[in-house]
Amino acid sequence: MKTLKELEEIRQRTLEEVNLRKDRKGTRVVVGMGTCGISAGARPVLLAFVEEIKKRNLQHVTVTQTGCAGVCRLEPMVDVYMPDQEKVTYVNMTPEKVKRVVAEHLVNGQVVKEFTIGAVEKKD
Amino acid sequence: MQDLSLHLLDLVQNSITANASLIEISIEEDKKEDWLNIVVEDNGKGMDKETMEKAVDPFYTTRTTRKVGLGLPLFKATAQRCGGDLKIQSTVGQGTKIQIGLKLSHIDRPPFGKMEDTIVSLILCNAEIDFVYSHKTNYGEFILDTREVRKVIGELPINNVEVITWIQSYIREGLNEINGGVL
Repeated sequence: MKTLKELEEIRQRTLEEVNLRKDRKGTRVVVGMGTCGISAGARPVLLAFVEEIKKRNLQHVTVTQTGCAGVCRLEPMVDVYMPDQEKVTYVNMTPEKVKRVVAEHLVNGQVVKEFTIGAVEKKD
Repeated sequence: MQDLSLHLLDLVQNSITANASLIEISIEEDKKEDWLNIVVEDNGKGMDKETMEKAVDPFYTTRTTRKVGLGLPLFKATAQRCGGDLKIQSTVGQGTKIQIGLKLSHIDRPPFGKMEDTIVSLILCNAEIDFVYSHKTNYGEFILDTREVRKVIGELPINNVEVITWIQSYIREGLNEINGGVL
């Protein structure tokens, strides 16, 4: 059973790491959570990011949400903002695709071009 | 929407957009009365009477990116399909209360789905908002209050992935306990 004591331990363990990396410029992952995004599967995508970030201990990445961007047919959509880089928009996302985006883009800085809005729109 | 937890995730987006700082989600399953009550209450900016009436109209939205607003109408349709309804109470400047009631054993009632995923998604993306989630069944009650969590974690942000993962398991275990393992 999860206890508040465990939470207290998390605080002590994690706070040091958070403070240690405060100076690093952050990466922001923004998931579309309008009605369209949610019904298309935005929640598992969002939580897949959390899982991968936890697994790889990527303290400089924050995950957040936005509403509907107006292209509902391409949901779930994810925007990645990295320091000194243009925004990258991934479309038709799935938890499987998230793993590749985290490994290739967030960790290694290589945009997964085939999942981006540019590549997908061209195909259609 | 596939399940009630997704309906709720969607519904609460309205409270977030209304700049609420406290959002309470209360679920009450009454097996004896065969009734399910869901209440979402926020202290956001509220709606006037006119907006409140239009809110369940699928062709009304405050968004500018598209012309339809399906969150409330879809949830209302689900409630009505299950012998219930969705009601809105709201006061400008004070907040909004959405009440959904439906027949628990209705054949069309969607399953709850992953309530823990809905709650942690909300907390993760809206760290500045406090959430109270209470879930009552005939076997007991589970309550998660982010204000209590904040007391323990102190200056550690509540949207830290370790904290989020803890909350997720905490809810999952709590719900298991009041459901005898069945959702």
